[in-house]
Formats: sequence, C-alpha cells, structure tokens
Amino acid sequence: MIKAMDSQPPPQTASSHGTSAPGDSPQPRADFIKVSDFNFYYGKKQALYKVNMDIPQRQVTAFIGPSGCGKSTLLRNFNRMNELIDGVHHEGDIFLNGRSIYDKQMEVIALRRSIGMVFQKSNPFPKSIYENIVYSLRIAGVQSRSVLDETVERSLRGAALWDEAKDRLQDSALGLSGGQMQRLCIARAIANRPEILLMDEPCSALDPIATAKVEDLIHELKAQFTIVIVTHNMQQATRCSDRTAFFYLGKLIEYDETQKIFTNPAERQTEDYITGRFG
Amino acid sequence: MADIATAAQPTDFFASAKSARVGVRSLWSKLLSGICVGLALLTLVPLFSIVFLVLKNGLPLLSWRVFTELPPAAGMTGGGFGNAVVGTVLMVGIALVLATPFGVLSAIYINEYEPFSALSNAVRFVAKLLTGIPSIICGVFAYAVIVLTTGGFSAWAGGFALAILILPTILLTAEQALLGVSKAYREASYGLGATNFQTIWRVVLPDAMPAIMTGIMLAVARAAGETAPLIFTALFSQFWIQSLSEPTASLSVLIFNFSTLPFEHQVKMAWTASLVLVILVTIANITAQVVFRRR
Repeated sequence: MIKAMDSQPPPQTASSHGTSAPGDSPQPRADFIKVSDFNFYYGKKQALYKVNMDIPQRQVTAFIGPSGCGKSTLLRNFNRMNELIDGVHHEGDIFLNGRSIYDKQMEVIALRRSIGMVFQKSNPFPKSIYENIVYSLRIAGVQSRSVLDETVERSLRGAALWDEAKDRLQDSALGLSGGQMQRLCIARAIANRPEILLMDEPCSALDPIATAKVEDLIHELKAQFTIVIVTHNMQQATRCSDRTAFFYLGKLIEYDETQKIFTNPAERQTEDYITGRFG
Repeated sequence: MADIATAAQPTDFFASAKSARVGVRSLWSKLLSGICVGLALLTLVPLFSIVFLVLKNGLPLLSWRVFTELPPAAGMTGGGFGNAVVGTVLMVGIALVLATPFGVLSAIYINEYEPFSALSNAVRFVAKLLTGIPSIICGVFAYAVIVLTTGGFSAWAGGFALAILILPTILLTAEQALLGVSKAYREASYGLGATNFQTIWRVVLPDAMPAIMTGIMLAVARAAGETAPLIFTALFSQFWIQSLSEPTASLSVLIFNFSTLPFEHQVKMAWTASLVLVILVTIANITAQVVFRRR
C-alpha cells in the first residue's frame, strides 16, 4: 500500500514546489549540514567536544550512542532549539547549505521554518488534525483556504496518514492512536516543505507495528528531505539510515557509512557499543 | 500425588495471609481509609449548612421584586435591593476590567518571557505578599488614593479597591495555569518556527484558558463577597445608580447594614440578599466553566 503511494505523490509535490525541491538542485550536497569544531555547554557543563561532521543532502543520517552522549544536543542545535534553555552557549559553527546558522542575517524563526522537527514523545497540539498540520502555514500568515487544504492532503499523504485521517480532519488530534499521533507530527513537520527533517528518537514510544510504519515513511521521505535521526535502537539505525554517527561522552567517535559502522567499525568503542558490551 | 502437592500451595498462601501481622496491617489500612472518608464528609457539613441556612432564610422573600425595587427605609416593609445587585455587578466588573489584563499579562511575562529575571522574581514575591493583605487595607488604600483625591465615594473607588484585592489571585493562578501547559507544546510550536508571541497566543493561552478562567472566577467570588473595601470606597446608596462617580450600593454592604438592624423584615432581606449573592456567583462560575471548557 505504501509502495503504491510512493509512485504517485512525491514526483507531483517535487514538481509543484519552488526552491528546495530535489528536482531543482542537480547534485545533492555532501556537506548539506556542516558541523565545524563545535563545542556546546549547558551552563558550565560541556556537552559536546569539537564535533566535526558533514551530513549529506537527501540521505538519512543516524546518531547513536548511550544516553547523555550529546547526540540529541547536537540535533537540537541544527535548528537552534537549545537556545530555549537558559544559560547555554556554543563555540564553533554549523553551516546549512554553506551558510552559518549563527549568521547575524539568519533569523532563527526562518531557520526553524526550513527545518522540520519530530520529537521523542509525539506532541500534537490540542487542536484538530487539520489545524495541527496547517500551524506552520498559519503562523507564516497563509490564509488561502485552497493552499491550506492542499497542504493538509499532501502532508498527510506524505506521512502515510491520509487514508486513516481524511474523514476526521476536524476531530481533535488527541483522539488518534500513539503511532498515528507521531505520524501526524511528521505530517506537521513536513507541511511547510522544510529542507531538513530532524527526528529525536521518533519511535521510542511506539509499538513495533507503528515503528515499522514510521521507518517505511523515513525511507520515502529521504527522496525529498535530508533526515537526521537520533535513535537508541541499533536495528533501526541499520534499517533506515545511510550513514551513522556514534557519539560517546560528548565526542563524535566514528562517522561512516552505516554498513561499515555495523560490520567493520574502525573504533573499539563503537564496536563495544553496537555489540552491546556497554551503553 | 503431584497434583495434590501443587494444589496445596494456594491454601498455604491464604493461611499465611490470615496471620496476625497481616490482620493488623489490613485493619490499620481500613482505619486510615475510614478516617479520610470521615473527614471528607465532615468538610461537607459547614458547606451544606451554609447553603441550607441561606436557602431556608432567604427563600421566603425571594421574588422578582427584590431585583426591581429599592431598599425599604428603616422600619418599613416591602421593597428590594435592585440597586445593590446592579452596584455589585458593576463594581466587580470594574475590578475585573482593571485587574485581569494586569494579572494575566504579568503572569505571561514572568512565566513565558523572563522567568528568572529579577523583575519576575520581584513580581512573584509582591503578588504572594499581596494575597495575604487584609481586604480592609485595600479599602483604606483606595480611600486614600481615590476617595480623598476625587472628593467622594464612588463605584470607581469600589472597583479599584476590589481590583487591588483580586489582582494577586488572578496573577498567581494565571501563572500556575501557564506552568501547567506542557513544555512539549511549546517545543512543537518553536520547532515549527513560531515566534514567542505566536506560541503564547496560539498554543499556550488556549490551553491555559480554562485554568485562567477558574482563577478569575475565584477572584469574582471573592470580590463579590467583600464588604470592608467597599465601606471605605463605595459606601452605600438608597437609590438607583446614576453615574460611576457617586456612592454606590452593593449586596455585601447591604447585607452588613440590614443584618445589624433591629427590624425583622430588614434581617430577612439580608438573608435574601445573601442568597442572591450566592446565586450570582454560582451562575458566573458555571457560565465560565461551560464557555471555556477544555475541548
């Protein structure tokens, strides 16, 4: 069913879209997100140490590592969500498509609009399914009914939720099941056609069937989006990512093709972690 | 043989459950539950006795008349207290119009914008301090600030005194209401590129609204029943209100005045006014809960 849908909507959305659609840029950038000598501190406590990495465009990159290793911290820096916390600061820089996200000209609002984020615990607003999805358009001032309607259908189809939700768009989102809620959050995150999709352990609260659906979705979405996913689930990283980064105690230990990381890791710590010897 | 051995185990278990220790434990548990239920029932006693007494003494004189007529002169019978109902509604209204924006917007500032700033801490501290200030002090303050400077008792002054009285209640309950909004909603909103204002206006406030309204209703109930601040500011009037700048009747002051008079009719009317006050507050409360119910 999902495969059947795959063949139709994505090309449509790609052609109807302006700047960030995949069809426009001929060659995916290998350093779409570039992290450069990045240190990050919560107050005095350092959470990230000199991280350097290039995240390729329209691929899935997985961040793995034990709890507290800094993977979520780095993810939340890509759209500067960490700045909502009191007393944080950073050193180094992060570039998005060649441009620093800390550039004075870069508005944090615009940055977050171009990056979709899905959280560990699904967090739909206590509004209707429809209003959840069009939230990002409403705050951007879009009022055209047809644009909103079209966005709702496109996003729900994109998140493989259309068939389940099309007859209850005006119902509260809180009436959905856990897996549906998380897919709604994905639909909401892609509604404004971001270029990047950040997922912070999106499946950790889901049952295996809902998890499989979200993973299928990730496969489909990578045709259009650059996806970074934090996960505690090794199988998930192998199943749905192209590249994997292993973090430990705030340092990026190893970053390579997923297959290489899981079959032939270069670092001892990586091997210990993925084989379950610690963490 | 084996069957008998396994079947014997549950019996053993129940035998041990009947041991002295377990018996004492379960008795203790029952006793504590009993105490809790008993005390909960006891707290209902004063509440129901008040409602019962007010109904019993207030109902006989309750009719449309009391809303349409002016208070009877001392020793006279008949009449009503329509002007006091209007006065109370007006002054509580003035208090709400003055205190709600200050209270709710301050709560938004201290919770959403700069929760840890010195100003926020100061506001929180002062608000907590103000909740403990006796209502008569609010009356004396409003007397000094409004009555003495404007040259007379007025509905404005009464509303102002009530506003000071309810401001901390509204502020602190609104702050709690905002604190109760899940952080996940805020993250979702900021993550989608919303500004501070958009997040507060579209996500935080709608979710906190029922709790904020509850706080405002608490404030209304308190303000409607206050007597001391009004004696110093609005005083009383035997007539229908003509403007907001003249002495104004209120239910609470009418109850206070009439209940101390040596005339049976006036005392009965004080009971009826109490009943009307209770009904008005209840209606306001239910309306707010229905309108702002969490969807």
